[in-house]
Amino acid sequence: MREIHVKEVTAVVRDLCIRANTHLGEDVLEALRKAIDQEDSPTGKDVLAKLLENARIAREDSIPICQDTGFAVVFMELGQEVSLTGGSLKDAINEGVRQGYQEGYLRKSTCHPFTRTNTGDNTPAIIHLDVVTGDSLRLIVAPKGGGSENMSRVTMLTPAVGIQGVKDFVIQRVRDSGANPCPPTIVGVGIGGTFETSALLAKKALLRPLGSRNGDPELATLERELHEEINGLGIGPQGLGGRITSLAVHVNMMECHIASLPVGVNIQCHAARHKEVVL
Amino acid sequence: MNDVIRLTPPLNDADVASLKIGDRVAFTGAIYTGRDAAHKRLVELIGAGKSFPFDIPGQIIYYVGPSPARFGRPIGAAGPTTSYRMDSYAPQLIRLGLKGMIGKGARNQEVKEAMVEFNAVYFVAIGGAGALMAQAIKKAEVVAYEDLGPEAIRRLEVVEFPVIVVNDVRGNDLYEEGVKKYAR
Repeated sequence: MREIHVKEVTAVVRDLCIRANTHLGEDVLEALRKAIDQEDSPTGKDVLAKLLENARIAREDSIPICQDTGFAVVFMELGQEVSLTGGSLKDAINEGVRQGYQEGYLRKSTCHPFTRTNTGDNTPAIIHLDVVTGDSLRLIVAPKGGGSENMSRVTMLTPAVGIQGVKDFVIQRVRDSGANPCPPTIVGVGIGGTFETSALLAKKALLRPLGSRNGDPELATLERELHEEINGLGIGPQGLGGRITSLAVHVNMMECHIASLPVGVNIQCHAARHKEVVL
Repeated sequence: MNDVIRLTPPLNDADVASLKIGDRVAFTGAIYTGRDAAHKRLVELIGAGKSFPFDIPGQIIYYVGPSPARFGRPIGAAGPTTSYRMDSYAPQLIRLGLKGMIGKGARNQEVKEAMVEFNAVYFVAIGGAGALMAQAIKKAEVVAYEDLGPEAIRRLEVVEFPVIVVNDVRGNDLYEEGVKKYAR
């Protein structure tokens, strides 16, 4: 067994929270640059250029890309040969979030659902754990903003509607979201599994680098077709009309129950923030 | 694109009536922030017949919950939040003379009708450009509800704060027109 002290986890989560919120990924920057060339609307081009300018200011001045610095979503791939020492892993992650959001001047955005009282330190984190082979620990911090998350949905389709039914649901979701999730968006689609798995598949699809395609040719085609259709809706950058409504569509799929066809759509704004470290 | 129209709040009916959808406007002067929680309290003041923490007539409310300011800076990132969450409160403030709202995303029919009836305009700022928008904000002070943290009402002093007119007093909607123009 390889030992990893949970203090290391705290330090890594802290740094990832800050870095994810101030440094937009090169894949997103590249997608925005390409989008400027592809956009027909002058206002749309201007918006896209301003988003690139915004990312530069955030990076250089260590200011968040967006004031909504998100719910701290932490994905962990824990090698089964790792032994975590020094205390509770969950507490260590939450401490990392607490330190990162305080020391990084990030907005605290978690509250009680009814009283709306803010927890004050952006905890608790949402923690997703996968146990994998090996002796390393992969930590991904993906802060998720509320505006785009609010536009996300899960549905349980009737199997008879098939792939066309899935497409119709995704397109309608993007159409109904309009300008709300700060387009250009990234659309994560999870097909199959159970009710909750479809949402998680959709969220994990958002972590894939922009410009990549699903390795399954059928799903790669589905991604391309959905993307073309979405960018024909006319919503455009910030919903002000234009061609580039989404920068990418990413699909994940797994088996489902013989009675079901679950579909999750997780909408992500252009501030597609996620950073990772492997310990 | 048209030239930028420069305005200083408070706005009067003539300022507002001259604006049309798609106009690019730059504000210099004072605007007020407010999100869901602050709106809830403001509207409760109306019900209780109490006075407001700032004079509503002619003013502009910016839907924003900024991130904390680093030492020596007036504010953190400060882009717009989604406006529909304020739809159930906005008509009551428009009726009292609020002239402008800055946010992102479409408004409901009740808000659009109130804007036409009482001469108010809905502007949008670029969502997700919080670092960029913050550069136009020179000063920020909490004027009410400090306990709400990022949701407190702040008075912002802005210089050349850039917005676009999405709903004008004639009932036009740039979101609807934009989609019509570019849909295939």
